[in-house]
Order: sequence, then structure tokens, then C-alpha cells
Amino acid sequence: MTTAPVTPYRSQAAAGRESFWHLVHAEWTKFRTVRGWVIAMIVAIMAITAFVFLASNVSSSCSGSACPAPPTGPGGEPVTDAFYFAHQPLTGNGTITVQITSLTGQVAVGPSQTVPGLQPWSKAGIIIKQSTSPGSAYAAMMVTGSHGVRMQWDYVNDTPGLGKGAGEAGGVSAASTRWLRLVRDGDTITGYDSADGTHWTLAGTATLPRLTSTVQAGLFAAAPSNGNTATATGVFRHIGLSWPATRWTGTNVGGSGPNGVPQPGTLRQSAGTITVTGSGDITPLAGDGSVLSLQRALAGTPIGLIPLILVGAMFITAEYRRGLIRVSLAASPRRGRLLAAKAVMIATVSFVTGLIAAALAVAAGTRTLARTGVPLWPVPALTLARMLVGTAALLAVAAVLALAIGTVLRRSAAAVAAAIVVIFVPYLLALVPPLVGGGVLARGGFAGGGLSLVAREWLLRITPAAGFSAQQVVPRFSQVTGAFYSPNWGYYPLAPWTGFAVECAWAAAALTLAFYLLRRRDA
Amino acid sequence: MTATIEIDGLRKRFGSTQALDGMTFTVQPGQVTGFVGPNGAGKSTTMRVVVGLDAPDAGTASIGGRPYRSLQNPLTHVGSLLDAGALQPGRSARNHLLWLAHSQGLAAGRVDEVIALAGLEPAARRKAGGYSLGMRQRLGIAAALLGDPPVLIFDEPYNGMDPEGIIWMKGFLRALAAQGRAVLVSSHLMSELEDTAGHLVVVGRGRVIADTTVAGLIAAASGDRITVRTTARAQAMTALAGAGAEVATTGPGTLTISNLSAGKAVAVLTAHAVPFGEVTAHRATLEQAYMELTHASVEFRAEETS
Repeated sequence: MTTAPVTPYRSQAAAGRESFWHLVHAEWTKFRTVRGWVIAMIVAIMAITAFVFLASNVSSSCSGSACPAPPTGPGGEPVTDAFYFAHQPLTGNGTITVQITSLTGQVAVGPSQTVPGLQPWSKAGIIIKQSTSPGSAYAAMMVTGSHGVRMQWDYVNDTPGLGKGAGEAGGVSAASTRWLRLVRDGDTITGYDSADGTHWTLAGTATLPRLTSTVQAGLFAAAPSNGNTATATGVFRHIGLSWPATRWTGTNVGGSGPNGVPQPGTLRQSAGTITVTGSGDITPLAGDGSVLSLQRALAGTPIGLIPLILVGAMFITAEYRRGLIRVSLAASPRRGRLLAAKAVMIATVSFVTGLIAAALAVAAGTRTLARTGVPLWPVPALTLARMLVGTAALLAVAAVLALAIGTVLRRSAAAVAAAIVVIFVPYLLALVPPLVGGGVLARGGFAGGGLSLVAREWLLRITPAAGFSAQQVVPRFSQVTGAFYSPNWGYYPLAPWTGFAVECAWAAAALTLAFYLLRRRDA
Repeated sequence: MTATIEIDGLRKRFGSTQALDGMTFTVQPGQVTGFVGPNGAGKSTTMRVVVGLDAPDAGTASIGGRPYRSLQNPLTHVGSLLDAGALQPGRSARNHLLWLAHSQGLAAGRVDEVIALAGLEPAARRKAGGYSLGMRQRLGIAAALLGDPPVLIFDEPYNGMDPEGIIWMKGFLRALAAQGRAVLVSSHLMSELEDTAGHLVVVGRGRVIADTTVAGLIAAASGDRITVRTTARAQAMTALAGAGAEVATTGPGTLTISNLSAGKAVAVLTAHAVPFGEVTAHRATLEQAYMELTHASVEFRAEETS
């Protein structure tokens, strides 16, 4: 048959240049036109905000009115500020220098029995403090039970002094004394230490911005109570003051009572020697349930994660189920671009969902948590922003990870199960006993029942659940005795963005495998 | 770019099945090319290879000389309907077309145009999951036409269509080809293509059995045979054999001869004064021609009894 010459047809469709953003636009249209997926986002927001009320289901370890609020430090953080203070006023600038020849103490081994001994963070030294009011600003140089010479200021700051040198970390004795010095210059206080009173080493510089002209300076001793009362005793010689000395006054800072010293201290003076005995501690309140983290407001995050994982995985497995993936790939034959567009799309939707949910939960949670009577750790604006953005980001990356798993497995049920196993389950195991277990806030209230703390922390280091680190807002303080940095209390083993990076690494690895398989396999 | 599909030496094996075994043909613009063969002959696999969904073990498939994967906004070059069921059931037809349009940078207005072309207006905003197979075929046609492409590929588009739909589809395909497009339509039933396809590619067991026009296929099946009805059978056989024909008795008064045209046979019989009632060219139907061609390649056939 002879065919008349035909004029080949030319497309009249006015398509512009090919663009990746067209594919993202198409994926957005796909997403918003499946009602179930949009509903899943709303469910995620509802789950995260609803859990605020469960998270605030906590009670203080001391009941009701018998439990006065702890003092707050200069940064607004709840603190323990109870010790014995031998002090005299200092107006303007000045320097205090002492030789400390002995640090000893008593440790209780039973209700009424004490033996000589020191806690690791038993301490005695010199301190310049705004006033004797608990929570006021201070800077101190001290010797400790087993952490050598330290400079500490304003509760949260702690830096090693000379004790960081080899052989100096041991205890103080007549044969191995320490010299300590604090120099006040305006609102700056500089700490020095020395082994011989001649050669001085800089320990640290503290800036205490709200220090008034007249402050209290002097000697102190404190021993953290660890269930039973302990005391510490420091013996001071060669006390040098740059200002006209006045009489020493002994004060139990914090008084007696729940937030005061466990045992009143003493001040004894003899020729050239002052001996100070005290109990209590000067630290932030952290590391256990005695302070609440705003992070608890986001306790619903892992629940909200589930619908996001579901949509993330089904965003591609639903296409495999119906053969729709072939239509998608015919429209975008360079397959990596299709997966990238899906990832961009699902990450954006999950991020926005997470951000809305986190903002609502934190707004509601701040008020709810304040009503529990348990002190709330203050969160600076930048940390708050990091917590909110971090929550949104960890959810977005989890959804992308689920998408990648869906691409690899191509079946909805298998992909959703796998994504839950790698993201949600490790988090749940790391949190056992979970928050719903009743929020026991007493020290040592951790009741076990799950994996060991070490195992739980490893889960939060190496699994995608490490991404939850981005939510941590209460820092760790090594100088807090009895601190129990458990994931239950919002402490993760990795720094916020490091943990998030671990989750990202998982998502990147899964996406790489997904890209490879998507390109290699027949659709 | 010319609107052609070039398929050259495609081979593909799925496990122990050789799905494609040197498939080679070209689809020209301006006509409907019927792609026929029994189930399992490799039609769908060939189409999937053309649009880059399956990778062949050997051989190439290209559109106007270019591999599908290199096409920019491919739906403006090639429209395809491979599986009418490839839909998200909860999404409306219009939204299904809308995301496809967005993926190619096409305006939403084009979506409404193809909905009208495919006759889907009344149902366009309903969930596609509730569509009949015939409606899904129309939606698939609309999707294929979205980019107004010069090349169209339809896999079994008549499946699930009612008689009215089939008539519509036939006219529609002819009209698309008449615009100068290359239209490749697969079917396992020749009757669906009989008055639509200008060209036929008959396949079996992964390779091309016949690549010809409809007329050519019928002629080949007819084999230039003629039938002679006569009362003087012996006389006729002698006369015709003497003229160089091969003669066979196929009935009491019927002879089937080849190697001799009908006109020549009439002349020979007249010259020898042999009485005869009828001389006709033996003509096979397209269906018979197709059956004859694919007979050997049908993989599973019912046992022939009697």
C-alpha cells in the first residue's frame, strides 16, 4: 500500500522548559488531592498537641504546699543554693587570697551514723557573692572531694583549675596545700590557683553583669547530700584581703527547710586559721525530675511521627500498588528526579506540619507545665527556636526516610512496618518506662523495666531516633551530684544537631539505596 | 523530531520466559498501527520498553531517533495508556490529570480540554476509584493526550468498553492518525483493529511475524488460490494441470487451484470446452489470516478434538 506523505504532527501544548519544580508541583498536587494524606497531617498535629496534657501529668516529689519553689539563679534557672558562708562585705574592687590546708568531711552511712569521708563534689574555698540570698550571683574558687581545684560561677559554669594537672587532682593535705585567689574588678571576677602561693595560674574569668558595688566575700564549705546528710570542712590559712578587714559573719545560706542546708554549718577561728564546716550545694537543679523540661510539651512527637511515617511511605508505595508509578515514571523518565521531587515535597509538608504542631504544643505546654508546681527550666529564645525547628526537621527527615524505605520495599505494609521499626521503636525502647508510665519525679524514681541506661543511650546514638536529640533543652551539668541523665528526663547522649545529623545520615543512606534500586529495577 | 517509534532488536527475558526475542519494527506517522498477537506475545513489554519503564536485555527503542529517557517534558512527545487501572482511587479524574499537567509544566486549562476530548466531563470531579473500566480507558486516553503528543501508544484500549465506546474509540484513533500522529494500538483481537489500522504488526513469542498492511496480510493468507465449481471434474483437472496449475479436489464439484490466475483459468476451461459454474478468487478474512499466522505461536491452545 502506498502511503501519502504525511506531515508529522507537532504538539500544540505550550509546555515551558522542563523544570524540577514542575515535578515538585505535581507531587504537591498528588498530595493535596488524596484526602487521607491531608487528614493524616491534621492527625499528626492533633496527636502532638493532645499529648501536652498527658506530659504534664506529673506530681512533685514533695506534696503540695510543703514544697516551696526553689530559688532561681541569675539566668532564671532553678538552683540549689545552700552552704555555709563566712563572709564580710566588699565594696568596689578587691582581692581575696587563701591557703587551704585541709578538706575533710563526714558522710552518713545510716540514719544516725556518720563516718569520715568526702563526696566527689564536697567543696570548700573562697567565694564572692552578690548577697547571702539564695540564687544570687557568685563566683568561687574551691577544692573538691575528687574533682581537684575548680572555678564555678552563677551555678551553671564550672571549669577546672590547677587540679587538671597530673598529680594535682588528689586530695588536699598539709603536705599538699592549695592557694586560691579571686580578684574582683567591676563586674568581672577572675580566679587563680597556685601550689605554693607564688606562682599563680589563671583558672577562669566570670562576668556577673548585675553585681552591685557592695558584695559579700569570704570562705565557704558545702557537701551535697546524697540521701543522707554529709558535711565538708575546710581549713584556711594566710587569709589575705585587699580591703580593710572586718569581722567574719557566719551564715547558713538558704536557711533550713526543704531548699536550705541539710545541717547548719560552723565557723571556728584560731590564731591565723579559720575552719569552716558546711553542708548543701551550689548547683543548678538538673539531671532528674526535680525540674521540668519544656521538652515534655513535645512528648506527643513520637505519636505524631506515625501518621507522617505512614504518609511518607505510602507516598510512593500507593503508586506501586496501583501501577501508578508507571504513569509517574513515564512523565518523569529520569527517575532520580521523581524521587527527589517526592522527597522535597514530603519533607516540606512534614516540616510545616511539625512546626505548627510543635508551636501549638509548646504554647499550650508552657502554661500547663507551669501549673504542675514543678520548676520549669528556662529556655532562651534561640534554644526554643532550635527545639521547634528541630522537632519539625526531625519529623521531616523521618518522613523522607519512610519514603526511601517505601521506594526500596515497594509495599505499603512492609514499608510502614520497617519505618516504624527503625524510627519509632528505638525511641520507645529508649524511653521505657515511657512517659505514660506515670511521671515519677523523685530522684532515682526511674523504675527500670526496660533496657539498661547504656543500651537506651546507644539506641539514641545510632538509630534514626537520635534525631529526637534536637528537642533537648535542659543541658547536662557534670557538677550536679546525683544527676541521672536519662532520656526520660529529656537528656540525650548526643548534642542536638549531632543527633539530628545521625538521623539525616540514615535518611541519606536509605535514599541512596532507593535511588539506586529505582533506577535499576523495571517499574 | 519525526513522529516515529523505532524498535530495533529488543530482547528481554523474565526468568525462564523469553518475553522479547528480537522484536523489530517501526511505527510511522499518519496511520494507526495495529500491534496484534496472542496474550503473552510481548506487546505490553515492548510498549513498556518504549516508554522507558522496562530496560531491555538487548536492542533499542527510540522516539524519532531519541531514547524516551532523553525527552524533555516527555508527555508532549509521547502519550501512552498502558494500564487503565493505574490510578489513585481516592483522587478525582480531574486531579489525576492536573498533577500530570503540572509535571510537564502544562496549564490547568489543558486538563479541561482533554476531559472534553475524552468525553469525561460529567464524571471528571468524581473519585476515579468508582469508574468503570470503560471510563478508566477514557481517562487514560485523556492523560495520553494531555501533552498533545505526535506519538501515541495505547495498550488494549478497547478492554472494558461498551459497543458504543468501541465505535467512539475507533473513530477517535483514526482521527488522531489523520492529524499526522503515529498511533500504536495493541490488541489481542484482530476484529478490534480491522477497520482502524492501516498497518499491522503481528507478533508472537516475542518477535514480529508479519509487518504489513491490512490488504497485504489478507492477500498473503489467501495465497492466490482460486476455486472452480464444475460438473466435469476430471476434464477440468486435466485441462488446468496442462496449463501449469496445481489442482486439488476439495469437494464433489469443487477444485482449488493455485499458480494460475482466475482469468487464465476461465480462458483455459473455455478453450477446452469444459463446463464450469463458477471461478472465484479464494479470499481469507482478516481474522482467518491472523489466526493462520499466529497459530504456531499461541502458547496455550485448547486441545483440538474431532
